[in-house]
Amino acid sequence: MSEPKSPDTAKPPPSRERMQQARRRWLRTILLTGGVMGAAMSGFLPLVYARTKRLRPPGALDEKDFLSSCIKCGQCVQVCPVQAIKLADLVDGLGVGAPYIDAREQACDFSCDAVQCILACPTGSLVYKKPAFLRVRKGAKLAAAPILKAKEKDPEPTLNLSERIGVARLTRPEACLAIQGKGFKGQVRGASFKGRMRYMEVDRWKPIGISEHPYDVAECDLCVRECPVKGAISIETVFAPDGSKRKSPVVHEPCVGCGVCEMICPVEPTCIVIDAREVWNT
Amino acid sequence: MNSILRRRFFDQIAVMFGREAKKPEVISERAQQIHVLKRATNKERLQAAIVAHENAKKVHKWRNRRWAVLIASNLLFTFSFWFDIQILEGALTASRFVGFHLIDLNSALQVMLAHKHIIVNLVIGTGTVFVLWLVLGGRSFCSWVCPYHLVAEWAEYIHLYLVKKKLVTDQNIDRRLRTLSWIVFAVLAAATGYTVFEAISPTGILSRALIYGPGLALLWVLALLVFEVFFSRRAWCRYACPIGLTYGVVGIFSPVRVKYKLDSCFHEGDCRKVCLVPHVLDTVIKGRAVDTEIPIGPDCTRCGLCVDTCPTGSLTFDVKGLSKLL
Repeated sequence: MSEPKSPDTAKPPPSRERMQQARRRWLRTILLTGGVMGAAMSGFLPLVYARTKRLRPPGALDEKDFLSSCIKCGQCVQVCPVQAIKLADLVDGLGVGAPYIDAREQACDFSCDAVQCILACPTGSLVYKKPAFLRVRKGAKLAAAPILKAKEKDPEPTLNLSERIGVARLTRPEACLAIQGKGFKGQVRGASFKGRMRYMEVDRWKPIGISEHPYDVAECDLCVRECPVKGAISIETVFAPDGSKRKSPVVHEPCVGCGVCEMICPVEPTCIVIDAREVWNT
Repeated sequence: MNSILRRRFFDQIAVMFGREAKKPEVISERAQQIHVLKRATNKERLQAAIVAHENAKKVHKWRNRRWAVLIASNLLFTFSFWFDIQILEGALTASRFVGFHLIDLNSALQVMLAHKHIIVNLVIGTGTVFVLWLVLGGRSFCSWVCPYHLVAEWAEYIHLYLVKKKLVTDQNIDRRLRTLSWIVFAVLAAATGYTVFEAISPTGILSRALIYGPGLALLWVLALLVFEVFFSRRAWCRYACPIGLTYGVVGIFSPVRVKYKLDSCFHEGDCRKVCLVPHVLDTVIKGRAVDTEIPIGPDCTRCGLCVDTCPTGSLTFDVKGLSKLL
């Protein structure tokens, strides 16, 4: 420091103004960093609250793996013939842009016959069968490949699906028409309902609006009648708490959690729902 | 490549990662001669040229072409879904072009780091897109395809208008932030197992909104645009977006770039005013060019605004080796 430097080689000290400018820029940089990171971190909030348990498309990995592998491209949305798959919005935080199914509005009825959403997935978020290194939760694995009622007469009647995405559960037995011994006549869910389904007797390859297909049944069995999977649900005679016999829909092990029963239930609100990501407990 | 240009090549990579562009230490003999000659140029002639340029009709050839390509490619996604024409299915993050996988490099990177398991389709799609942008020029993805780039360009016009009216000033930010954000998001993906960046990527959000319909996530995009209009010019693309850096790295090896010719340049600096990434154009400043012909560095988005605005044709698109072949 004691050596006086010649003016040619020594850099002039930065002016006060320049230093202030540099400091302000530094503050702005920190501000933007904070802003971007804060926005990114806010994505974790919904995880903290764990508010909604989304029903994912068939073949979805377990939720954590699903969110880490989904690239949010929506190719599964594009191939679905009944447009059952939607993409989540901002409220889903890290799940923004990830696909889910709102079964009450539009369930997956497997009218594509081949789980095309799995075929479309480019990153392996939806899989026919999990890779060896991923754990299969107890009760998530289906005992046998599900038989699709619609193609029961085909040489290959099964769906290529090894795990369930949820399980149907009768949540409001007191309102269930079958339990009350009531029938149902008319449009399920009203004339304005947008949900669609494939009816084999109408057209195998063209799903139609459910409102275009009115029902007239003496005893309601719509959840059983329209369930696409063989042996997943049936009407059984059960004993009520008071000892009297009555009929009730009963869910069985082959249930994959597609949600058609939830969509088709004519009672408002629905009597039967899919517990997303639930496993089969015997 | 001679040693001077090689040095500049590595310098420009450092500049892409956030270092400030510096005055060059070594300049080729021929370039030095031109710099000396230019100092002797008649100032009046130069002034006359500048005035003539200001009165000349603005050319938007490359901008219009670029906007057309950007809008067309994004609409192709939309129409493929709406009308079920199945040409380009998916969104910008991942898609199929007539059945062939395409996967955005940064999204793929996030998924690979978060999921730690890579399936064949992911490799195919990523490889295809890598080769595609290697051929087309790295960050040209930003200006020719990214939908956020287009809306940010419009926001930039508003910002520049407000600056002209002295209602706002452009607050510049340290460019090293982008490298930092790239690292942070990569580490976050690997550590948390969530593709954190994908949740806030305006490119992904906008692309999905165009195809599958708008949602609340657009509010985040709007917030970014408001920040850019009133606070800092093109802040997201310049200082924050890790996608830009990912494609920038691809662009290091790309033969498509803008080329600068020293001898015809008047050093008016109009190109630097329109440039989204003016640090790559430091070479056009009087006395800075290290050689007579200089390829612009990898952080350049190949948007062509400088090519449009240059009155002397000193900045042109160039494909390395192609002129030799022809």
